[in-house]
Amino acid sequence: MTLLRNILMRLLSTAITLFGVAVIIFVVIRVVPGNPIAMMLPPGATEADIARLQAQYGFDKSIFEQFMIWLRGVVQGDFGTSISLRQPVSSLVLNRLPATLELSIVALLIAVVIGGTMALTGTRWRNTRKEGAIDVSTGMALSIPDFLWGLVLILLFGVLWPVFHISGRISPALDIDFTTNFYLFEALLRLRFDVLGDLIGHMFMPALALAIPLSAIIAQLLKQSLKETMHLDYVTLSRTHGYGEHHVITRDALPNAILPTLTLVGVQFTFLIGGTVIIERLFSYEGLGNMAIDAVINRDLPLIQGIVILFALIFTLVNLAVDMLYVVLNPRLRHA
Amino acid sequence: MNAFLEIRNLCVTLKGGAPILRNVSLSVSAGQVHGLVGESGAGKSMIGKAVLGTLPRALAVTRGEIWLDGVDLQTLRPAERRRRIGASAALIPQDPLTALNPARRIGPQITRRLVDILGWSRADAEARALELLAEVQIPDPARVMRSYPHELSGGMRQRILIAAAFAAEPKLIIADEPTTALDVTVQKQILRLIADMQTRHGTALLFVTHDLGVVSKVCDTLSVLYAGKVVEEAQMRRFFMHPIHPYSAALLAATPSYKDPEGSLTPVPQSVIDQVEREVTDHDRRAGL
Amino acid sequence: MRDARGDVKRPIGLRLWLSGGWLILLVLAALLAPWIAPQDPLAQDLFTSRLPPFWEAGAEPGYWLGSDSLGRDVLSRIIHGARLALIVALVAGTLTCVIGTALGLIAGYYRGWPDRIISRFVDIWMAFPPVLFAILLIAVLGTGLTSIIIAIVVIDWTRFARVIRAEAMTQGAMDYVASAQVAGRKRMGTMLTEILPNVLPTIIALLTLEMGIAVIVEAILSFVNLSISTDSPTWGGMISEGRTSVHQAWWVLVFPLITLFLTVLSFSQLGEGLKDRFDPVLR
Repeated sequence: MTLLRNILMRLLSTAITLFGVAVIIFVVIRVVPGNPIAMMLPPGATEADIARLQAQYGFDKSIFEQFMIWLRGVVQGDFGTSISLRQPVSSLVLNRLPATLELSIVALLIAVVIGGTMALTGTRWRNTRKEGAIDVSTGMALSIPDFLWGLVLILLFGVLWPVFHISGRISPALDIDFTTNFYLFEALLRLRFDVLGDLIGHMFMPALALAIPLSAIIAQLLKQSLKETMHLDYVTLSRTHGYGEHHVITRDALPNAILPTLTLVGVQFTFLIGGTVIIERLFSYEGLGNMAIDAVINRDLPLIQGIVILFALIFTLVNLAVDMLYVVLNPRLRHA
Repeated sequence: MNAFLEIRNLCVTLKGGAPILRNVSLSVSAGQVHGLVGESGAGKSMIGKAVLGTLPRALAVTRGEIWLDGVDLQTLRPAERRRRIGASAALIPQDPLTALNPARRIGPQITRRLVDILGWSRADAEARALELLAEVQIPDPARVMRSYPHELSGGMRQRILIAAAFAAEPKLIIADEPTTALDVTVQKQILRLIADMQTRHGTALLFVTHDLGVVSKVCDTLSVLYAGKVVEEAQMRRFFMHPIHPYSAALLAATPSYKDPEGSLTPVPQSVIDQVEREVTDHDRRAGL
Repeated sequence: MRDARGDVKRPIGLRLWLSGGWLILLVLAALLAPWIAPQDPLAQDLFTSRLPPFWEAGAEPGYWLGSDSLGRDVLSRIIHGARLALIVALVAGTLTCVIGTALGLIAGYYRGWPDRIISRFVDIWMAFPPVLFAILLIAVLGTGLTSIIIAIVVIDWTRFARVIRAEAMTQGAMDYVASAQVAGRKRMGTMLTEILPNVLPTIIALLTLEMGIAVIVEAILSFVNLSISTDSPTWGGMISEGRTSVHQAWWVLVFPLITLFLTVLSFSQLGEGLKDRFDPVLR
């Protein structure tokens, strides 16, 4: 009963947030000076042509009316038509979404692996100089944002020791006839290792740049949590059973130390997804973020709206998923 | 050597100097209960931790021998040492609320060591766990095996921990203030349970407590600690009739008697404290600390 | 005991010195830019284009860190770029801090409907990808210093509001606040005299962190060509140019990148160091 109520409240709150995002984005971009329609037409276009197109895109109506029309469309799954690309926003956005999702998920995996390893090693080395070294390096990794890491990686693995591609998502010469735009997952499923290698060669640097700050956060939070857990009696008890340090850390302390870390990592993951915007630009990776910056530069209002709403939806869904995962992983809540 | 656990001249110090245990010697034989009594901070828990190899990282054994089942643990390599302790000793911890892993079901927490360390089959281990849970008078053991710790009361959890301690038939059990964290009403039952289990299994039991009243009920012999030093080691009966060391006598006078719980209590007099402090300082000087 | 403390203390001191030293160097460079820069940062000269830094073959004296494709001196542009970076850091950082802290304090201490409104806005803001939001704002406001500062304040006030709200709630629940209330103090007064000093260490750490972030946001905006006019030298603009010519002239990317890296690192380390110094509990 209360659980159901909680879920309903959560969904309502999510809906209000998304509505707020829509209102703000709508108001902000309609203050844009300059006429987006005029940019679409050849230089010789007449006033009448402009007026006709404006009417077609609804720009001759008041902001409130435009918002209501847009909202009505959104409810029916219609996000309007892109001005610069002249295609439905929904299909444009859905075409690019897989690239960004793959990048974010790979970055998250890298962050979990690096951060988790550092937390476990740091716990193993707790109260020694080696732990201090880990703290200093995570502190540094944390204070430098993904944009700068991206540039550092370009210099390291693109110029100094050029082993990875520094731009794009996939080599154009590569012959792919995939049915979805989830190239990475489809390459995995179809066992197309040539494609897989090429994709990873392109994705490695942007994903690592996104992952470094998050891995530092995971390392710090998880190590803190692990060290607190290591003092608990059940860990001591497990030691007296004859288990070694490694087993005690990974099997006894870890399952309980993960929970407090999880919620915070969820929020940080949304920051990571937000970071894809500039990282995709930096690596000319054909994802949503790159498209979004082009849309802003081209004053493509319907496309900007669509992309921002999609990002907002992803962020709120991630938060929802993390909360649910928390309940699933926590036996105290699972049985309540 | 017929003592199952024998500690000789054990010294534990804080890394960087301060002594925590000063030349502690004691022994416990099979079927015997030895009490370790002292005020909080006297180092009584540290003896158990030193034996089990769970001293805090800031502490280290600097001298002495710990003979467990005929082997000096201090001479073993860490992995071998852990295996030996795991196979022949067990701990009943103080706080049943934090001594069970909240993320795991009860069953695996009892059977895990039997399977992993002692190489039992899973079925054997589970049968053994059920049998033990019944032995510590837990109703519906099969259901409890599937429960999570948070679903059980403190008393239930302490019973489970006792069952888990006896699961591998260890020859030595160290009980570290096993009733302190429990409700007064439950304390007595748990105490009786530990004593019964010990008698039935013939285990050597090292019983750490600050409560002389508890010692008088379960122990055969005892050591009194002050500032990490054993001030008196004695047979139970003799101790309660004629405590030799003035500190022991003072401690006894400061303990409510189980015959006369309302009787008047005397705090440990300052002169006695001064005397033990002097002894401790003398010891340190002789040891060159 | 002394050993353990010494181990903890020493890096903090070193951290403060190194980061503070670098930032003072930057401030000096920014103030004295016209006098210490070896070249005019805007002077283009195709005869001196893509000169390598001084230790490589083909370097020209006076172009210590080399020159870009238009023959502009990299070192001089970095020195002049420090001006814009520091102005953005100080002004945008401080404004963000003041606005975010005020809203966070009000939400965390007054609770009730002010909290509900502010928290709702924070939720909405958290659902925006910040970089995209900043780029969008610049597109709307037009390029220029004021626009950059406004954009930074608008996207980042939530960082302060969130943290300060949580801290104010914790502090507000403590007994000393209740006793100040009982003693008949006004709520506004209590907030400023009892709560604010206790959240000050956090504010200081967040403020210096925010200054570093402001520098980065400016660099990102320059990178997508949306900062201030393309003539004036900015680190982000240099990085943007260096990125495209990285295979021909790596130094155009490397030196501004190192500068930016050290600056951002210094701001955050300074914040951590100061926080430890000011924290009454840790001190």
